[in-house]
Amino acid sequence: MTEAKTASIYSRRNAVQLMIAGAAGLAGSNLLGKPVLARSSPAKPTGRVIVGLGQEPTVFNPLMVHIEVDDGVHFSVFDALFRIDPQGAIQPNLAAEVPDQKNGGISEDGLNWRVRLRDDARWHDGTPFSAEDVKFTLELIMNPNFRSWRTAGHALVRDIKVISPTEISWRMEEAFAPYLSFLTETFIVPKHILEKEANPNSAAFNQAPVGTGPFKWGQRVAGDHLELVANPDYFGEGPHIERLVFKYIPDLTVLYTQFKSGDIDLVGQPYITPDHYAEAKTLPNRVVTLVPRTSFESFYLNLERPQFKELAVREALYAAIDKEAIIQGLYYGVPTPTETFMPRQSFFFNANLPLHQFDVNRAGKMLDQAGWAKGADGIRAKNGVRLSFANSTTSGDPLREQVQQYLQQTFAQLGVEMKISNLPAAVMWGEFWMQSQFDSVIVGSSYLIGADPDVTNRLHSRSVAAKGGRGSNNAQYANPEVDALLDKGARTFDPEARRAIYFQVQELVRRDLPFLPLYQSNAVEGLKKGINGFVPNGNTRTESWNALAWYWSS
Amino acid sequence: MSGFLLNRLSQSIVLLVIVSIIGFTVLNLMPGGPLAQFGLDPGMTQKDVERLAAQLGLNRPLWIQYLDWAWRLLQGDWGHSFRDGSSVLAVIGRHLLATLLLMGTSTALAIAAGTWIGIRGATHRYSLFDYCATVGAMVALSVPTFWFGLIGIYIFTLKLGWVPAGNMYAIGDGSVLDYLHHLILPSLVLSLVHVAIWSRYMRTATLDALSQDFVKTARAKGVSERRILLKHVVGNALLPMITLAGMQLPSILTGALVTETVFTWPGMGRLFLDSLGYSDYPVVMGLLIFSAILVVLGNLIADIVIATVDPRIRLG
Repeated sequence: MTEAKTASIYSRRNAVQLMIAGAAGLAGSNLLGKPVLARSSPAKPTGRVIVGLGQEPTVFNPLMVHIEVDDGVHFSVFDALFRIDPQGAIQPNLAAEVPDQKNGGISEDGLNWRVRLRDDARWHDGTPFSAEDVKFTLELIMNPNFRSWRTAGHALVRDIKVISPTEISWRMEEAFAPYLSFLTETFIVPKHILEKEANPNSAAFNQAPVGTGPFKWGQRVAGDHLELVANPDYFGEGPHIERLVFKYIPDLTVLYTQFKSGDIDLVGQPYITPDHYAEAKTLPNRVVTLVPRTSFESFYLNLERPQFKELAVREALYAAIDKEAIIQGLYYGVPTPTETFMPRQSFFFNANLPLHQFDVNRAGKMLDQAGWAKGADGIRAKNGVRLSFANSTTSGDPLREQVQQYLQQTFAQLGVEMKISNLPAAVMWGEFWMQSQFDSVIVGSSYLIGADPDVTNRLHSRSVAAKGGRGSNNAQYANPEVDALLDKGARTFDPEARRAIYFQVQELVRRDLPFLPLYQSNAVEGLKKGINGFVPNGNTRTESWNALAWYWSS
Repeated sequence: MSGFLLNRLSQSIVLLVIVSIIGFTVLNLMPGGPLAQFGLDPGMTQKDVERLAAQLGLNRPLWIQYLDWAWRLLQGDWGHSFRDGSSVLAVIGRHLLATLLLMGTSTALAIAAGTWIGIRGATHRYSLFDYCATVGAMVALSVPTFWFGLIGIYIFTLKLGWVPAGNMYAIGDGSVLDYLHHLILPSLVLSLVHVAIWSRYMRTATLDALSQDFVKTARAKGVSERRILLKHVVGNALLPMITLAGMQLPSILTGALVTETVFTWPGMGRLFLDSLGYSDYPVVMGLLIFSAILVVLGNLIADIVIATVDPRIRLG
């Protein structure tokens, strides 16, 4: 059996941080199939865990376009070459080690990659896993007829070569450091099953997937639940539960009620709503904790609107937002204020950014100094541009709607007119968002893929879709200095060097304020007492990323 | 009769075509669409979205998309769900049984209770029972079903622990008793509003029958009130109810949107809500056509039954 090695992107500098975070994880142990501590998990998979979800998992081919709620199934049924742990360290999964420039897995120029694979992994039907499966997977993603999910990063891969059943190599068209992170979300699919399909989009596999993961496909009752069963032949340590059930409960109040009544064992996405947090903590035999997520709520601006072009306006609006009142008064103290788009748990989080201070008077003076004077209607204007704009968010979200009303009043004191214009989610996040048709929006979004700090897609000037760009820089933010740093960051493999680059990016973005950062989300996660091994991982999109380590106290 | 059937069938086909065109147009004209849900994914770019739109055929002119869809439908292909790739008929089939179970039970309860309340209300007009039934029906019709659902869960599940909070069965159980246990609360809550409707219609129809000449004649001949009621009134009062039952048929098969959501019942109503939420056009269109066919069929069956049981009605 190949010995899997752990490679960390961390240096000595954050060893303490790792130790603290790691200590929290030890209670659960066995994060990635390797036991960290001896513990009392059952030798044979026993029992069942029911995870309640607010959306229904429906896409089971992990390479096809899907949403985050499908990830819990993918992480359980499949394996990727690498996985990412709660501290952001990349760990081998189907790979035997994480390639880097020191171990020769990645060439000095970052262009040639060589990955050694495990020799003891098998597909659920008994067929041995091999490098051919990895090659097939990477090629399928770029098949123009296949409805693949993200193609970023994969599009740079050339000349994939199977060196042996346990070794594969490829060349990158250009050096792209984030690719390692992208591969933690790229699950490997079986060549021997999918290559026979004329149309992989409609393959039977997509409804009854075969993976190498710790759980095998059980059964799905559409609209209700799906059940996975333990794979006793899994190459790693675990699984310890016999059945893993994902139960679909669309109404969030009902989701919480079923957690209270004991019908579900663990609350998954979208977790317990903030208004139930205080009560949930008092429930007997339940463990309820706040878990940081990588999603950030912000007052997002369209910088091509004349009202927002001037930095003084953006600064004044930011100063007029009472973040603390919003967090404590409206969000029950659940989220954490932030000044950036980087998760505070990240190795790349810059904690030294200027802190926001709520001060309407100062905001007014800033606008006065910049020449935005109040007109007869009480609204400020400059060079014929009124300081008036629309703000949109998804309709039916009462908390965000309250935030809007609160801000509307504060801004009015400042001589700024904010009109509320909300839209259903299916309308809001379509062209209106993607093509920057909004004035401003209140949005909760992630900036990172996995734990990689690269935010080219969100903040690079060539990522403005409204101007023909490839990405989703919907604020239409353009700063040549940031562009250059992002380009450099994507080519840099050394974690320390990258850290310096992304610290600088955060400083510039905090200064330019293309969006007014409000807070980083915290999930209110709840589970029954007696479930062990549950470890939150903000670097993945699912609470079920390590279901293989869960077990019930006997 | 055959002429009547042919006439009604041809009208129905035209109606279905109109419904499908309006439905397809309205659905596709809504901004956003099925790919909007990926707008917040940090890795999904505009180019990815455009690629997917092309692969799903969403970048074609609307009328071509409609003709393509209609042509396939005529060949028995209702399309495939954008969400999970299953055929639309399979998706509908998966949810139909759950709805049939819930709606069938609640409708049967509603008809039994509603008929009795309606007749008793009419025969004891302006009595305490009649007033209570009237007020009760008003409350049941005015208060949203989800409120009754949540109150029911709070009292009977969280406080008393008598019935489950929802779901069609306990995962891992699935015995007949378990199904029945899970059926109690949602079917009772759902039947409330139907009892109200049914009892009001039944009361009016009974009063109408009671004022007919044949009742007066029977009374003049000295027939007992009980016999008049059973022999002459109830049968005649039930006639207009056949139309009501026909109109109820689609809802028995298309489900109850809110109740199914509150009780996490995997039926057609929730499927419709979910599919709308995800802009899963093929499934939404499938459900639309399915319910349109049911409405047409329900009315047709009601007409035929009425014509059969009531010879006074002549169909041309």
